[in-house]
Amino acid sequence: MTDKSHDPNQMTGAAMIVRALIDHGVQHVFGYPGGAVLPIYDEIFQQSEVEHILVRHEQGAGHAAEGYARSTGKPGVVLVTSGPGATNMVTPLTDALMDSIPLVCITGQVPTHLIGNDAFQECDTIGITRPSTKHNWLVRDVNDLAKVLHEAFYVATTGRPGPVLVDVPKDVQFATGTYHPPRKSDVHISYTPRVKGDATQIRKAVAMLASAKRPVIYSGGGVINAGPEASKLLRQLVEVTGFPITSTLMGLGAYPASGPNWLGMLGMHGTYEANMTMHDCDVMLCVGARFDDRITGRVDAFSPGSKKIHIDIDPSSINKNIRVDVPIIGDAANVLGDLLQVFKAEAKKPDIKAWWQQIAQWRARNSLSYKKNNDVILPQYAIQRLFELTRRKDTYITTEVGQHQMWAAQFFGFEEPHRWMTSGGLGTMGYGLPAAVGVQVAHRDSLVIDIAGDASVQMTIQEMSTAVQHELPIKIFILNNQYMGMVRQWQQLLHGNRLSHSYSEALPDFVKLAEAYGGVGLRAMKPSDLDGAIKEMISIKRPVLFDCRVAALENCFPMIPSGKAHNEMLLPEEATSEATATAFAGGKALV
Amino acid sequence: MNQPASAYFLEERHDPNETHTLSVLVQNEPGVLARVIGLFSGRGYNIESLTVSETESQKHLSRITIVTTGTPMVIQQIKHQLDRMIPVYRVVDMTLTGNAIERELAMVKVRGTGDHRVEALRLADAFRARVIDATTESFVFEITGNTSKINQFIDLMRPLGLVEVSRTGVAAITRGPEGM
Repeated sequence: MTDKSHDPNQMTGAAMIVRALIDHGVQHVFGYPGGAVLPIYDEIFQQSEVEHILVRHEQGAGHAAEGYARSTGKPGVVLVTSGPGATNMVTPLTDALMDSIPLVCITGQVPTHLIGNDAFQECDTIGITRPSTKHNWLVRDVNDLAKVLHEAFYVATTGRPGPVLVDVPKDVQFATGTYHPPRKSDVHISYTPRVKGDATQIRKAVAMLASAKRPVIYSGGGVINAGPEASKLLRQLVEVTGFPITSTLMGLGAYPASGPNWLGMLGMHGTYEANMTMHDCDVMLCVGARFDDRITGRVDAFSPGSKKIHIDIDPSSINKNIRVDVPIIGDAANVLGDLLQVFKAEAKKPDIKAWWQQIAQWRARNSLSYKKNNDVILPQYAIQRLFELTRRKDTYITTEVGQHQMWAAQFFGFEEPHRWMTSGGLGTMGYGLPAAVGVQVAHRDSLVIDIAGDASVQMTIQEMSTAVQHELPIKIFILNNQYMGMVRQWQQLLHGNRLSHSYSEALPDFVKLAEAYGGVGLRAMKPSDLDGAIKEMISIKRPVLFDCRVAALENCFPMIPSGKAHNEMLLPEEATSEATATAFAGGKALV
Repeated sequence: MNQPASAYFLEERHDPNETHTLSVLVQNEPGVLARVIGLFSGRGYNIESLTVSETESQKHLSRITIVTTGTPMVIQQIKHQLDRMIPVYRVVDMTLTGNAIERELAMVKVRGTGDHRVEALRLADAFRARVIDATTESFVFEITGNTSKINQFIDLMRPLGLVEVSRTGVAAITRGPEGM
């Protein structure tokens, strides 16, 4: 008879979960307790290696973990209960799937014998989250738990990163079994993400780049996900080739906004020069981006004359929306490293002076210009001032979704990767405040600002309480125009100016609201107040809600109208109501 | 063109559709079929036929054969999307291999008397269908073949008193010594 009572690997399922977190280097877990996870919370109570951040709503835990992951490169970990705890996680899981953010979500489940019985707080968590995760597992036997947890971390963080979920019934948390540390055999042998790019394809790409007359590099969130090394290599590639570079919303910061070859963001609200360069280029190098519909505009008129090279770790991103000439499957850092080496050895910097002259003409259109105003704060101006007053500091920016998000992307210059957390793919209003909580947990001494809108911020405003409890001095900078601005903009442009339910009626007094939560409220009404108030906000070492009252009817330009191509952008000075009506030819019938 | 105003680009592409047979080797674990089917319904792909069974029990491997239709770009997407699922080992496009054998089994119940009954039996013989159940007024035929042969047989049985059909869906395998 073997005595197992002294075997240190014998433990309950709940203890295994905490042990696995420690073995994977997890320092912070975002969560909310409930009936089906109480054994795990009991284990958390009895240790000090993993710090638990209590949120106010499970969705907040999910977005906080996303912000944490995006700003550190480590997986974000979430612990929630069964039923409503799990269903409240659906939005952040889907958000993380769309933006390729590594999350490990552990959900409690009703005891195995009750599964399928419509038990209290039961839901089909695995069924519900199957399309919102990269993979998910229901653990029915405590002896499978260690293997599944280790595999979960591996799947979340390798290949194209993404959210995973492990559903653990309560009886499995109580049961005793054998734990083992992470080992290779924990992972499905069918899961083999490709990291290294094909050498022949890389040679082809280099030949194409070397012969380009009108090249452009179009980089995306994949470069950020591939780690700081990928951004370094991207910068080297830009320097070695002398090519212009633009980026998606998710890719901002991989190449510095102050860099000489930077064209600004591309796409629907990208700069004129970025979109024109994309449209007229002869060779396009896409790194870690996926030709999303906000980027391409009209697909059949997208960059019609170019040869396209596409580097992506996910084969299903290749030829999904746009047919490319040279696909290279692999990790952005790995492939960029190889590409750079071959380019240096076999090619020389092509002469593209004429192309840069053309780009200079597009730049001269100054597509982000706006009319200055001394009476009302313009949202663009507010972002510019926020940027100027924080650029020398150790700053992280998160956003909600809407006009303020686009203005932040346009007017806040990012110099480094991992500094910009935004919901790109899913477009989740309410992402930014909890994401800021997560970023601040990871970077206690940094300045973390959520650039928000008055509508978005109310979707997860309860996390102010989390920030206060955990002494996280996040700054929520609300561009308050009293509208769901982007909704209103579309209604103005496409729905005959009928502003159906896009006015934010009965807004709370954000200053008093901040105080009610135990934070600090600030307000700026005039351009002359702005700098002083922003400086005050920065100096306060507590959570701040900043109510920045901006021009109510300002819209976000430039813009590619729907169904149009990159070279049919609407620039701010052209955006008179008449020109807008013409540009939105499809909508004209309705205007 | 009076297209409605939208934040999305509404024009669909109209490349011609193709039919492809895919063989998918998966880890036989709970939920794996739901993942595959969920992928098809979630992304709006078609399933014309689906066959699944464990094929190597020691290794816990199942083989799923899917017949699907779509534009060439969609077919390529389907293969990539299947391939990146964690429990999927391999996806082989049997249509592209060009030499795959496809078979389906159907059981066809026909009710009738007199000339109809004689004719049904004669046709069954011509199609090499076997009688696996008989009463004085009915037959159940078992027929194996590719989809079009089975369709043809069913069409011929219709005027002769076709009651119902049960089909397995398509199973496929490549010719020659190599496995997938």
